[in-house]
Amino acid sequence: MNLKMRHTLSIVVENHYGELARIVGLFGARGYNIESLTVAETLDPAISCVTLVTSGDDRTIEQIVKQVNKLVRVLHVSDLTGSAHFEREMVLVNVRTESSSALQTVLGLVAQDHLRVAEVMDDGLIIEATGEWKEINTLIARLVPFGIRHIVRTGTVAVWKQPSEEVTNLVGNIQKSPSEGRAGKVA
Amino acid sequence: MPLATEDREAAKTTTSEVPAKMRGARILLEALVREGVDTVFGYPGGAVLHIYDELARMGPRLRHVLARHEQGAIHMAEGYSKATGKVGVVLVTSGPGATNTVTGIANAYIDSTPLVIITGQVPRKMIGTDAFQEVDTVGITRPCTKYNYMVRTVEELAPIVQEAFYLARTGRPGPVLIDVPKDVTAETAAFPPPAEIRLPGYKPSLAAEPKQIEEALDKVLAAKRPVLYVGGGVIHSGASEELFELAEALHIPVTPTLMGLGCFPAGHPLSLGMLGMHGTYWANMAVSGSDLLLAVGVRFDDRVTGRLDTFATGAEIVHIDVDDSSLSKNVRAHCAIVADAKTALRQMLDALRLRPSPAAPSRRNLDEWWQQIAVWKAHAPLAYKASRDVIKPQQLCEELERLTGGTAIIATDVGQHQMWLAQYYGFRGPRQNLTSGGLGAMGYGFPAALGAQLAFPDRQVIAFVGDGGFQMTAQELATAVQYRTNTKIIIMNNNSLGMVRQWQEIFYDRNYSHVDMEWTPDFLKLAEAYGATGLRARYPSELSSVLERGLATPGVVVMDIIVEVEENVFPMVPPGGGIADMVLG
Repeated sequence: MNLKMRHTLSIVVENHYGELARIVGLFGARGYNIESLTVAETLDPAISCVTLVTSGDDRTIEQIVKQVNKLVRVLHVSDLTGSAHFEREMVLVNVRTESSSALQTVLGLVAQDHLRVAEVMDDGLIIEATGEWKEINTLIARLVPFGIRHIVRTGTVAVWKQPSEEVTNLVGNIQKSPSEGRAGKVA
Repeated sequence: MPLATEDREAAKTTTSEVPAKMRGARILLEALVREGVDTVFGYPGGAVLHIYDELARMGPRLRHVLARHEQGAIHMAEGYSKATGKVGVVLVTSGPGATNTVTGIANAYIDSTPLVIITGQVPRKMIGTDAFQEVDTVGITRPCTKYNYMVRTVEELAPIVQEAFYLARTGRPGPVLIDVPKDVTAETAAFPPPAEIRLPGYKPSLAAEPKQIEEALDKVLAAKRPVLYVGGGVIHSGASEELFELAEALHIPVTPTLMGLGCFPAGHPLSLGMLGMHGTYWANMAVSGSDLLLAVGVRFDDRVTGRLDTFATGAEIVHIDVDDSSLSKNVRAHCAIVADAKTALRQMLDALRLRPSPAAPSRRNLDEWWQQIAVWKAHAPLAYKASRDVIKPQQLCEELERLTGGTAIIATDVGQHQMWLAQYYGFRGPRQNLTSGGLGAMGYGFPAALGAQLAFPDRQVIAFVGDGGFQMTAQELATAVQYRTNTKIIIMNNNSLGMVRQWQEIFYDRNYSHVDMEWTPDFLKLAEAYGATGLRARYPSELSSVLERGLATPGVVVMDIIVEVEENVFPMVPPGGGIADMVLG
């Protein structure tokens, strides 16, 4: 397959000074695209989980996974795309609703799509929505005509539906095989 | 920075007593000694004053070699490491001291040379203030080190040194940098016993899956036109013996990369010589015509493969490398084995021994293949036209091989001289050929030779350089003389930047742009100014006697060999071409 496809990577990394810079630097230096990136600590503050969305053909993705895996303090990296997983992204949209008709239309949209009005201002609304990346894109497209004053997306976060024992041992709190402890990445 | 009383007490300690508490500076040096370090290449400066203060007290336990430029220091450490297989150690100050080592760090990274680089840093409180000689060393070197550290407390120092050496020498070897703020080296602490290394995300592979070894062996034994394509990984893992056994048992032709020269003895009937852009015609044809490529410790570099879509298209590829990211990166492997070369080759030999009819049948099957290779070899052997008036560079390499029996340690820079030496000097063993392969750094050769000579004072060590590259690090003549080495420098002097000139001649219609060294120093006088001996050969009739005399003269000798300017390196794969499409000359 030589099609450039969107891939969601889940990277578990030791929460050390400079490790995120190493991951981001690798993408920059090797010309890989970062479409979105989120990072936060896991149950164990010594371990962070990065969800990174990139794109490329199969060869490129294979190489990206290997290069990230090669980083000394990366504990596990997996390409979630193609496996059973769950993705969400959150967006905050500050949309203009100066006329009451605009306000009515936007509120209609909010009700119809089960969105949340996070804040009401004299001349606009802050809408909060979560959904898959594509849903967020669709929502934004529908809000554009009203005039968006400011918009921020979090980028995708993703979890496995059936994580491997290795992943659970790293980022969960069910120690399935305590004898092995924290299993390393597959070398 | 004034020292506290406690620091002064610690500083007074002599080599005979190792105190319970010591300065960070001393902890650092003790940690180096514990890793088996005997030589440090360096250059002092403000941020490493405490370290140098302690270094002066280490006596014979730790030798320091004072380079004349930090780039010289790091290339020396690379040469030392490549010749010995040990981790090379560099100690420099913050700011310019650190940035001057970056070329060498990048060079060591791409050529998988194990180094530990210790850089001074401004005191912790001053980090981020644009202080004097402050630079973000960790940030600058992040993309060209295997790993790097900023030491944040004196307690971290010893464990970091231990981990750094472990990372540098295991898996795919490489440079590891430790940035040490000055105040950390002034604080006192106990020197801790060795700690358990805890790197859960770092698991370098050693052995291959037995199933994969069997699969690889099946493919090799079934092949009618196999080729062993071997590189630097064979040398790093010390797998020459295993490679030799396997090649002989299966009677397979062997072609080394530039980094692999010497891992299989040149001149052996199974050796095809180097492959790639300036490889031998028959090596390139054999790879192109092969039905099985057993690639060991190589990374399918563009200088080897040429155009990828025409590279070994009829071959099944079995690729063994310790670095998973090298497998199927440029060329898709049919059997990709993540393993240490020595271990995997030993596994293959063991598996081969268990097979019902080893070696003999496959040997017979390969007759046709060897005949074909002989035809290619006869079609375009390595050749040049000797002259009575001017020394040909190829002739210089051949003469050097004759005089040294192919057993010298030779370090080169980058360019024509490097390629001619690769073609015409038959390296007999591993760790003899020290060259800047991946990065292609001019100025590497002379200091690298010096580093190797300091490791092996009694061996014949030669810097084989061009007149361009030599001028990039010629100041290390002072180091070579100061430490009373016997380093020999042979300058292949064509008074120009030959490889660039060759490309301008062939691909830019002879539009020579800034490749003529219109002013070059008198290298004999330069040698004399540094206290070395200078010799010169201008004519073919002088070549042998100058080389003989130069190699036999004790101390540092610069041999200025004036060669043909217009000579080009052939055969050659033109840029964008496949390796079977060679220009023969």
